[in-house]
Amino acid sequence: MTTVTSYAPPRGPRLLAGWADTARVADLSAHVGRYGPLPPVDRALIGMVDAAGLRGRGGAWFPTGRKLAAVAAGGRRPIVVANGADGEPASDKDHALLTVAPHLVLDGMVLAATALGAADAILCVHRGDPLAPAVHAAMRQRTGDPVAIRLVELPARYVASEESALVNFLNTGEARPTDTPPRPFERGVRGRPTLVDNVETLANIALIARYGPDWFRAAGTVAAPGTMLATVGGAVTAPGVRELPLGTTVSVALGASGGVSEPVGAVLVGGFGGNWLAMSDAAELPLTPEDLAAVGGSLGVGMLLALPARVCGVAETTRIVRYLAGESAMQCGPCMFGLSSIARDLEMLMFGGRPDVLDRLRHRLGVVRGRGACAHPDGAVRLAASALTVFAADVHTHAMGRPCAGIRVASGIRVPVGGIGLGWR
Amino acid sequence: MRLRLNPIACHAHGLCAELLPELVDLDEWGYPILADGGHVPSALVDQAKAAVAACPTLALRLVKPA
Amino acid sequence: MWYASRATGLVALLLFTASLVIGVLSGGRLAGTRWPRFAVAAVHRNVSLLAVVFLAVHVGTSIIDPFAGIGWLDAILPFGSVYHPLWLGLGAVASDLLVAVVITSLLRPRVNLRLWQWAHWSSYACWPLAVVHGIGVYPTDFRLGWVFALNIACVVVVIVAIGWRVGVSHPDTDARAGRHVTGM
Repeated sequence: MTTVTSYAPPRGPRLLAGWADTARVADLSAHVGRYGPLPPVDRALIGMVDAAGLRGRGGAWFPTGRKLAAVAAGGRRPIVVANGADGEPASDKDHALLTVAPHLVLDGMVLAATALGAADAILCVHRGDPLAPAVHAAMRQRTGDPVAIRLVELPARYVASEESALVNFLNTGEARPTDTPPRPFERGVRGRPTLVDNVETLANIALIARYGPDWFRAAGTVAAPGTMLATVGGAVTAPGVRELPLGTTVSVALGASGGVSEPVGAVLVGGFGGNWLAMSDAAELPLTPEDLAAVGGSLGVGMLLALPARVCGVAETTRIVRYLAGESAMQCGPCMFGLSSIARDLEMLMFGGRPDVLDRLRHRLGVVRGRGACAHPDGAVRLAASALTVFAADVHTHAMGRPCAGIRVASGIRVPVGGIGLGWR
Repeated sequence: MRLRLNPIACHAHGLCAELLPELVDLDEWGYPILADGGHVPSALVDQAKAAVAACPTLALRLVKPA
Repeated sequence: MWYASRATGLVALLLFTASLVIGVLSGGRLAGTRWPRFAVAAVHRNVSLLAVVFLAVHVGTSIIDPFAGIGWLDAILPFGSVYHPLWLGLGAVASDLLVAVVITSLLRPRVNLRLWQWAHWSSYACWPLAVVHGIGVYPTDFRLGWVFALNIACVVVVIVAIGWRVGVSHPDTDARAGRHVTGM
């Protein structure tokens, strides 16, 4: 199949090119005017995506071509599920993309479904998302899509947009993760092979189908080609979502957000279940999945939060772990009891604890890791463990019973209260 | 052979740890920790089968290694 | 033969009462240092199987003995016998349910969990049916002091066990039900 060449591929921003040029939301005609019409595709698209090296932007960075191939090999007619929920409270990229370029996402859904032979595609957002009417409007502008697209609203819970939770919600109405195997690509919605992909991943598929794998690889790195949508927040002058080539360093990413607004001690990368990194270690770190993994971290959903140096890292970690504990689906013992115990230990450290609390915390982190049905407890453990390393000196004085003054300084990072009042349906 | 635990089905009854203490330890909340990734040496396969049958919620399974 | 039928019936009732009580206590996670959970489970299984044996003899002798004219079909299909059709029929219903309990339990862990659970919960219906069946089919025995006392004792013991069971809870159950989780 040939790629569309009569519309020039974007240079610089790709997904946010329309927004960068016009500062306006792209309706269908603006979208087609910029990127061209939906290209005809068939199964060969899977090979193109594979050659392009696209990796999932939902947090796992799994090679999308391989996932597509696995779903295609499923035997039964597959189904496409697009995750646009922005499950991470501090991440806004799915919103940004669905707001300014919804048709790229919808194109991607249709193209993936066509290549897989799927008859329907479902786009998931959180219930009550103010974005929903605009997405509906974008869907209504489109006629002649060969695939039926549906918008589904999930309960606004942290784990509701986890892959198996999404599938569980679509099957049973309960947005809680399930035990795997089988994974959704083998047996998901209504027992069919299900492609669960982030909206950013699908939008990139819409561009690869038009401009080809070589163009896609012109940005980013060899192992992680393309661009990423990074949500930069915390102590920066101009927080928000920025499209950056993969491999951009943390300091350049912070610079693109107006630079730091005050001295920064550490950054949180990936998500609330990600890692703290000391600013000195992080500044020149390229933002790629492999570089983050090499320092024990995870690129996650491309979230970057700058923690002011005058804020206590232990206190901030306590707030976040409290939230994560409250957002447990309450299905697995190590998660339901482990996370709240870990949160309590951190609280005791935050207000000045004894050294045995620190030992107990370390022990519990080792015990809880890897023993839930999903990766939720692992994220909380990873965050807490990274805090013990990055804020080690501070942790030590706290454990000696001398909490720092920084526990009362607000970080400007919005950590919601977890688990109150909301259900799973 | 390998033991696999479904953490959602496990309700901390603890019979597995009673019957198979060589391979199953309980955390402070009563939930099982499988030693060695759940690998079962051939000498313990019969005990492992007993532990699987004893689980009130059928949370423990014996599987062939992948 | 008829005496055998009555005697084995009474013994079966005592054994089923014991089985039910042990099962209820096990469900409430009762265990001690000398009685780990798997030991309680094993006793429950053995008492139940013994009870089933006595039940089989009870049903067999009832059919073989010509006194009441009970046919083998009456043991399975309730309410069709000529002898105390209602009370006998209740016994047939109870033993029909029991067959499901026994088969699903013997097939563990290969049986679907939900199926096993529903079958096992029906034992809460089996047991009162068995008590009422015994009182209804043997009214003259029931007027004997010691038989009456045994029946009352069975009922009391079961009520106490269920009362205890309803009152206990485990942190896992509470946490899953959304009640306050104390993380210590």
